[in-house]
Amino acid sequence: MTVQADPAEKFTAYAHPERLVSTEWLAAHLGEPGLVVVESDEDVLLYETGHIPGSVKIDWHTDLNDPVVRDYIDGERFAQVVGSKGIGRDTTVVIYGDKNNWWAAYALWVFTLFGHEDVRLLDGGRDKWIAEGRELTTDATAAESVDYPIVARDDSTVRAFKEDVLSHLGNGPLIDVRSFEEYTGERTEIPGYPTEGALRPGHIPTAASVPWAKAAAPDATFKSRAELEQVYLDGAGLAPGDDVIAYCRIGERSSHTWFVLTHLLGFENVKNYDGSWTEWGSAVRVPIAQGAEAGTLA
Amino acid sequence: MENVTDSATPAALAEIRDDFLALEQSERLQLLLEFSNELPELPERYRDHPDLFERVAECQSPVFLFVEVDDADVVHLFVTAPRESPTTRGFASILVQGLAGLTADEVLAVPDDYPQALGLTQAVSPLRLRGMGALLGRAKHQVSAKRASD
Repeated sequence: MTVQADPAEKFTAYAHPERLVSTEWLAAHLGEPGLVVVESDEDVLLYETGHIPGSVKIDWHTDLNDPVVRDYIDGERFAQVVGSKGIGRDTTVVIYGDKNNWWAAYALWVFTLFGHEDVRLLDGGRDKWIAEGRELTTDATAAESVDYPIVARDDSTVRAFKEDVLSHLGNGPLIDVRSFEEYTGERTEIPGYPTEGALRPGHIPTAASVPWAKAAAPDATFKSRAELEQVYLDGAGLAPGDDVIAYCRIGERSSHTWFVLTHLLGFENVKNYDGSWTEWGSAVRVPIAQGAEAGTLA
Repeated sequence: MENVTDSATPAALAEIRDDFLALEQSERLQLLLEFSNELPELPERYRDHPDLFERVAECQSPVFLFVEVDDADVVHLFVTAPRESPTTRGFASILVQGLAGLTADEVLAVPDDYPQALGLTQAVSPLRLRGMGALLGRAKHQVSAKRASD
């Protein structure tokens, strides 16, 4: 790691405290060599309305996704995108964003696919920075382009495909991080108004319902280790050592949960099923459960 | 191939579309931001009546929309979207400005694929553009409902 970790006490209880920084730490380290701050939001224009001084924007939709195939960009394109923003292989990258760091977590997960070693989240994200009255600027950041190596994307470690979920079913836990109405299948579309939907409502059988926001405190920071253990271990029945697959609708909320399970609670084999419900709910012949119960495999 | 969007698009919306298409990709985002800053505040009579507004559930941020059709059959569109959602505000602002002064018939004739004609697919993403389609769809739906009840 190029820049030291944040020694904040809140983080010491987490499995990987070096994966989070506080707003206080970031304010003190802004501009330090070896650090690049990245803003990643749900709204593609939010950065332009004001961002942390010196930060660069990476938009998950337009920068990290293949324009034609439903997949992420390859190593060559990733090297171009991050290199052009001044990010080198050894750079300490801190990502922050709106909406409790949903998209920041998704961007961090994509960085993980390419094995970028030192990438962290700003606890509390954009909203906390603003709530604390910290500096924002609309000045464009003049990032100096650097070389980034072309790294093959690793789809086997933290990413799950539909086939992986099918073989995982009945052999390990699944976490559905959508709202309860989506989980039960109650939430249906209004006729004539297409949504980011699927042909069938419900959830993957045996999946536990743990809406993603249960991991976040009202100020958008992550809950404490003890609180998180209550949610995921006591509440959802996960046990240390479990191999877990998390999903939502397109994998963005579940990457937030992936971050929690992996970096805060220390689960060593957590995968994000990015196809999520937009794939599963429209796939031919996959099992589906409806209602409040997790369900069993037929 | 016949350009259906071209022939049926009312003048103001067509002009907005042409303004976007004349720009480079990165400048299009800037223009959208300008629109977002121009979204008018709600008139006094609606500010304290959140119950009158229809929530546009397709948008991930809380967006509310309300249509009036006056005695001359002219449509008035009101949309609110939070400051933290500049893209949604930009979309709403384009529609509010583009539909201003149109009759109910003219609004209903606006092509449903107008959002895709703005040249924003690359800069904004197709998924986000669906939010604008939802705004337009709901506005039309309310126009139909309001003139039916007249």
